[in-house]
Amino acid sequence: MKASVQKVLDRYKSDPTRLMDILIDTQSEVGYVPDAAVAQIARSLGISRVDVEQTLSFYHFFNRKPAGEFQVYLNNSVVAEMYGRRKVTEAFEEAAGCRFGQVSDDGLIGLYDTSCIGMNDQEPAALINNVVFTRLTPFRVREIIRDIKAGKKVEDLVVEGAGDGENAGKLVRSMVQNNIRKIGPVLDPEYIPGEALKKITRLTPEQVIQEIKLSNIRGRGGAGFPTGLKWEFCRKAQGIQKYILCNADEGEPGTFKDRVILTELPRLLFEGMAVAGYAVGATEGILYVRYEYRYLQRHLENVLAETRKKKLLGKKIMGKEGFDFDIRIQFGAGAYICGEESALIESAEGKRGEPRDRPPFPVESGYLGCPTVVNNVETLCSAVKIILNGGEWYKSFGTKDSTGTKVLSVSGDCKYPGIYEVEWGFSVNDILDMTGADEPQAVQVGGPSGTLIGPDEFDRILCYSDLATGGSLIIIGKQRDLLKDVVMNFTDFFVEESCGSCVPCRSMTVLFRQKLQKILDGHGVKQDIEDMIAWGPTMKINRCGLGQTAVNPILSSIKNFRHLYEDRIRKDRSFDGGFDLQAAVAESCWAVHRKPLTEENDHE
Amino acid sequence: MTMNKIIHFKLDGVDCQAEKGQYILDAAAANGIWIPSLCNMKGIKPHGSCRICTVKVNGRPMTACTTPVVEGMVVESNTEELNDQRKQILEMLFVEGNHFCPACERSGNCELQALVYRFRVAVPRFAFQFPVRNLDASNPRLIKDHNRCILCKRCIRGIKDKEGRNLFAFRRRGHKVEISLDPELAGSLTDEQAQKAMDICPVGALIRKEKGFDVPIGKRTYDKKPIGSEVEQPTVNE
Ligand SMILES: Cc1cc2nc3c(=O)[nH]c(=O)nc-3n(C[C@H](O)[C@H](O)[C@H](O)COP(=O)(O)O)c2cc1C
Ligand code: SF4
Repeated sequence: MKASVQKVLDRYKSDPTRLMDILIDTQSEVGYVPDAAVAQIARSLGISRVDVEQTLSFYHFFNRKPAGEFQVYLNNSVVAEMYGRRKVTEAFEEAAGCRFGQVSDDGLIGLYDTSCIGMNDQEPAALINNVVFTRLTPFRVREIIRDIKAGKKVEDLVVEGAGDGENAGKLVRSMVQNNIRKIGPVLDPEYIPGEALKKITRLTPEQVIQEIKLSNIRGRGGAGFPTGLKWEFCRKAQGIQKYILCNADEGEPGTFKDRVILTELPRLLFEGMAVAGYAVGATEGILYVRYEYRYLQRHLENVLAETRKKKLLGKKIMGKEGFDFDIRIQFGAGAYICGEESALIESAEGKRGEPRDRPPFPVESGYLGCPTVVNNVETLCSAVKIILNGGEWYKSFGTKDSTGTKVLSVSGDCKYPGIYEVEWGFSVNDILDMTGADEPQAVQVGGPSGTLIGPDEFDRILCYSDLATGGSLIIIGKQRDLLKDVVMNFTDFFVEESCGSCVPCRSMTVLFRQKLQKILDGHGVKQDIEDMIAWGPTMKINRCGLGQTAVNPILSSIKNFRHLYEDRIRKDRSFDGGFDLQAAVAESCWAVHRKPLTEENDHE
Repeated sequence: MTMNKIIHFKLDGVDCQAEKGQYILDAAAANGIWIPSLCNMKGIKPHGSCRICTVKVNGRPMTACTTPVVEGMVVESNTEELNDQRKQILEMLFVEGNHFCPACERSGNCELQALVYRFRVAVPRFAFQFPVRNLDASNPRLIKDHNRCILCKRCIRGIKDKEGRNLFAFRRRGHKVEISLDPELAGSLTDEQAQKAMDICPVGALIRKEKGFDVPIGKRTYDKKPIGSEVEQPTVNE
């Protein structure tokens, strides 16, 4: 083991900022990261063991002990539950002979839950040793486990030919389907790599920024910051080295559009990063991809190599003196919070994905302290189209305050889950029609951190001034128990994914979950609802968007579906002291044949 | 010595001055106004994790310990809303851990306890979690009591070895996060480092071994005067 860890360390020149890669590669070699490896890595990087451990223990795909030769990570998103996850779970446990969270006695199979893996359009889905298995059924599960036990390799278990497009290619060989259902300017397959780069070599960086500003495009990752302005800030920031980071962490449950772009249009994305690099004066780019998409690694590396060969990356791009830009791929290791831009930077530096205090913003001090632009995959792809066709052209799509198109990820109770590129200004009703959602009870717009709306709001419009969204829409049918199946699932997600730094985010989310559980168990009282409404605003003082929105599922369901709470609380009392002495001693009183001591009978 | 540029801001309606680049919290103190804080400590890089020093800057919540003053800034701190949120955070810290003050060596010198007194927390509004946490006394010089740890990271940020390596670090994430002490480096922990760790810890989570109750209860820092009075005397009816 020592030698293979050393090889990994050499590969990254024992650079502590590459600790993520070192740990990922070590785990690939050894299967987990044992104590001895931690000590070896610490020594070689000149950091302490607890330093290695603090990164290692932050990410849920890292293992500190043997976790099974075959590690099954079954997605626990709400849509997986809708499509029969419970039965699939049971089938796995029965076939493997161990429970979730455990390893089978022979060490062959480990079963684990994991947050949304970006396959909401083909649930239930699981990762087995980084290979994606979609649309699982108990039958398929039994087949898979049988084949594993028979000694087959994981690559040989996928259903050949199930995946479409690049998914079927030799380097991906995955059964994932793209489910592209509506194409617009960004997803347009008629794209020719290099045209935008050719065009910008005739423009100054300032002109490029001007064109982006003219288009009025805003970030597609959710926060909606004007992209042109971000690039301009970074251009003007002091710094010899600058960086472009592309955010492909895509962790918001129900979002999977970046997966499809990475699969089908990586060339467009790389060109977008190079355009951004030219505009801000950065020569290095990092594509930060969530661990769940490692099945795309060889494909992405291959396209990168090919793009370099075509001189669309590397030195003197398009023959232009001084236009140098190259990209490396950084994988995460399982942590939703790493989608937050400053956490993403921390993680890319090999650290825990804890968001930073702002100011300073990444455009002033980002990756390794240098001015950095962090942009979503779709933002960068859109930028290429803006450069090709002009900002004015781009403004012809969408609404006045929200220009252009948005790639939506639609999933849940509808006939046609998948991705849809629509102009901003679509109403929720349009989307329900388009996707064949017959009996919607509610729609979760923007993922768990977004808003839960009911039918009386289905005429609302997708745009930055009404329903702003990173593009996730989860449709919840009439047959679902909204609080139990959906709101609780989202709340669990935030409890699981908080980085743990801010007190309210770490602690109050747990307290809210307890309250919700109490209500679901039929013990809630009116005061519990009032408490949550009263405490909610304290979450707004958390450092980052995760904590600020972590109780949104509860608060927005109280606001829009209050009757569901009212129906479940106790009507006989409006307040509860938290402890019922009578109830607590009832059983022991029964056992010893005594009456509980109460004020009425204590004089008897 | 060069004079730093002086800039102006308003704090709770009072005209204040600050040196350029100064954090709101420090600038407020320099103007005789106390903004409560807990994870912050002079001489250690601020981290903004407890959120107690949250103020409103031009209407937006920001942590005073990490936000530099900007010319013309309008800051609110002593408002009913913010004070109640501070109180909530203190209550959350109380229920998420196991804090039994009467049995704690740090009582009277504990910043959490002092804040709780000053904010007059009687009974927390949140349900006690009574988590099962352990106490680690394996180090020859230092006891680490997770029951009392409030995860402020002051020990992580403040204590390094000669090579700049961390002795303390976080483990895991979310509500499962905890402080760990490097098994290798902590073996050679000196008495001074152990004392420093204890001094840096705002509560009684890090306690030096073989030395206790130096100052008797009743004569400790916050036994004599409430926290914050080094900056600003509390008003009578506070
Ligand atoms: C908890 C959290 C998770 C996020 N996840 C993502 C993500 O997966 N992808 C993304 O592009 N942006 C994500 N963001 C937004 C980023 O912080 C950032 O605003 C974005 O990457 C900027 O790119 P854009 O301006 O192109 O949208 C997340 C934000 C928060 C608070
Ligand atoms: S809000 Fe939550 S996730 Fe964000 S920094 Fe604070 S603790 Fe971490």
